[in-house]
Amino acid sequence: MSSELFVQDHPMDGLLRADRLPHIWCPGCGLGSIMSCLANAISESGTALDKHVIVSGIGCTGRVAGYLKLDSFHTTHGRAIPFAIGLKLANPELSVTVFSGDGDLFSIGGNHFLHAARRNVDINVICVNNFNYGMTGGQCGPTTPTGARTTTTPFGNSEPAFNLPYLAASLGAVYVARWTSLHVRQVHRSMLNALRKPGFRFIEVISPCPVGFGKSNDIGEGLDEMRMYRTNSIVDPDVDLRDAGIDMQKESPIVLGDFVDIERPVFVPSGVDGA
Amino acid sequence: MVTAEAQPRVLTGEHFMNGDVACAEGALAAGCTFFAGYPITPSTEVSERLAQRLPKLGGVYVQMEDELASMAAVLGGSWSGAKAMTATSGPGFTLMMENIGLGVMTETPCVVIDVQRGGPSTGLPTLVSQADVMQAKWGSHGDYEPIAFAPASPQEMFDLTITAFNAAERFRMPVFVMADEIVGHMNERVTIPPEESVSVVNRKRVPAASEDLLFYAPDEDLVPPMPIAGEGHGVHVTGLTHDERGYPAGDALVHDRLIRRLTRKVQLHEREISLAEEVMTEDAEVVVIAYGAMSRSARQAVLLARERGIKAGLLRPITLWPFPFRKLRGLANRVSRFVVAEMNLGQMAREVERHLRRPATWVTHAGGKMIPPEEVLLALQEAAR
Repeated sequence: MSSELFVQDHPMDGLLRADRLPHIWCPGCGLGSIMSCLANAISESGTALDKHVIVSGIGCTGRVAGYLKLDSFHTTHGRAIPFAIGLKLANPELSVTVFSGDGDLFSIGGNHFLHAARRNVDINVICVNNFNYGMTGGQCGPTTPTGARTTTTPFGNSEPAFNLPYLAASLGAVYVARWTSLHVRQVHRSMLNALRKPGFRFIEVISPCPVGFGKSNDIGEGLDEMRMYRTNSIVDPDVDLRDAGIDMQKESPIVLGDFVDIERPVFVPSGVDGA
Repeated sequence: MVTAEAQPRVLTGEHFMNGDVACAEGALAAGCTFFAGYPITPSTEVSERLAQRLPKLGGVYVQMEDELASMAAVLGGSWSGAKAMTATSGPGFTLMMENIGLGVMTETPCVVIDVQRGGPSTGLPTLVSQADVMQAKWGSHGDYEPIAFAPASPQEMFDLTITAFNAAERFRMPVFVMADEIVGHMNERVTIPPEESVSVVNRKRVPAASEDLLFYAPDEDLVPPMPIAGEGHGVHVTGLTHDERGYPAGDALVHDRLIRRLTRKVQLHEREISLAEEVMTEDAEVVVIAYGAMSRSARQAVLLARERGIKAGLLRPITLWPFPFRKLRGLANRVSRFVVAEMNLGQMAREVERHLRRPATWVTHAGGKMIPPEEVLLALQEAAR
């Protein structure tokens, strides 16, 4: 009997920078599976890989740009969207995806999100929402649910949190979806839909952050946090988005689904087609 | 009225135009195809001119939501291969410092026009100052070696904007044009040369089919060729300290090596970059150092001093950064006294004294008006005594 050790390739090896692995994310984090969904969706999008560009801001989610074997830009905190707009306007052939976290996109970068959505700039924005600033050690952010504890809200967060799908829809985003990192098929399908659609597209993916968010709130390990989100979520694409806020104090569910899929004129700079 | 449609990219001929408009025309002559900005006095005419001109030439003009976004979009545009720029004034320049740092770290060619007004804060929105010159040097965090030009006329707004684009492309970095409200809003004759005689530099690029993955490995001139997004390189670009692959490296040795190269690539070419004008310095015993609009007043003061029998001269730095210290040191061998006249409270005067290793006479004003020639003359007379 002889035994051989096979090191199988990962099916997404073509799209991953294997020389940068292992990644920096904590055990139990959802970012790996969300990134994998994006890699799958990109490879099936019908757009040549050379034309896909990933732009990230700063934070745990911001590191995704560094693990995908594509032209990828890890920019400044909050500025992924305007950087992406520059790339896209200067070369309209590119398929530009912004992949960043909730604090990056909605706190320091909030203003850019508003204007990009209002203009219907042709970029795809994926927000991984873990309800806190993970990389800096679990501080309160603009999506931290009311009452939740973080290292900077030790007595419970007194602020209301953003309802991201409602915000995006109110600004005119042409595609809006929300899933959790457990819903890999749905995340993958929504990403594929988004990649094939022009205009400002927005997907929120809720991810466990056992070290940053779970620990402060006695949720347990990553699996426990994921189980909590699965148990507490319902799929309701027809929900009135005003009711889609996430409130962990009440027993109200986390509403998931593909909420918006509309057509709207895509932003053309200066309103003039170039010569 | 001539319509934008009828106008070519390079408006060859004699014009009477203000400095901001001349700057916009210089950008077009240099090959600028991308502008992102946010309106701010006294730079708005640069934006307005390009909003009218760029779309008809197939370029992109986009007004962003603020200066943070403008600078980020300029960097993104540059990585898509465009020659990209923005124009602002002090308050906006401050906001841009964040992504100017990213531009330095990721070696992204682009041009930032700062038409200076009085500060700090909102200060004097419609009136001149030169109080951003140290912001150009040290404004973003970390060590870096900037390139900054100081035009003294609408003609130089045109010429030096081209020079700034060429330097940005040559050295792969944000380059500043430190204009001021006076040269920005002054109307003067501007001669725009024929297109074929405009010297234009384009960045070194990584060939589309290149197998080389060391995107941040420099050539002998310390500048790495630039890969462009969408050409299949799979390049990773980060504001983190990175190795020659462009990969993040939290390592003191890699960091020191990278930051030294980024500063050295400018220092190494200081002779090629730095520019200064000397007026009547051959026999001068006292020399006034002034730049930008202020040099116009200082030039007049030199003439007035000569009329009074004082052997005065003018040294006008055209590059503020790198500071033309060789010219200064050359003069210092035979000139006994130096006067520095500037519309701030002595920002470049300190730099001058640092190179001279002796005190100079400061003629300063915080801004809001040009220091009149008579005040400079008094300082020259005092220094010559």
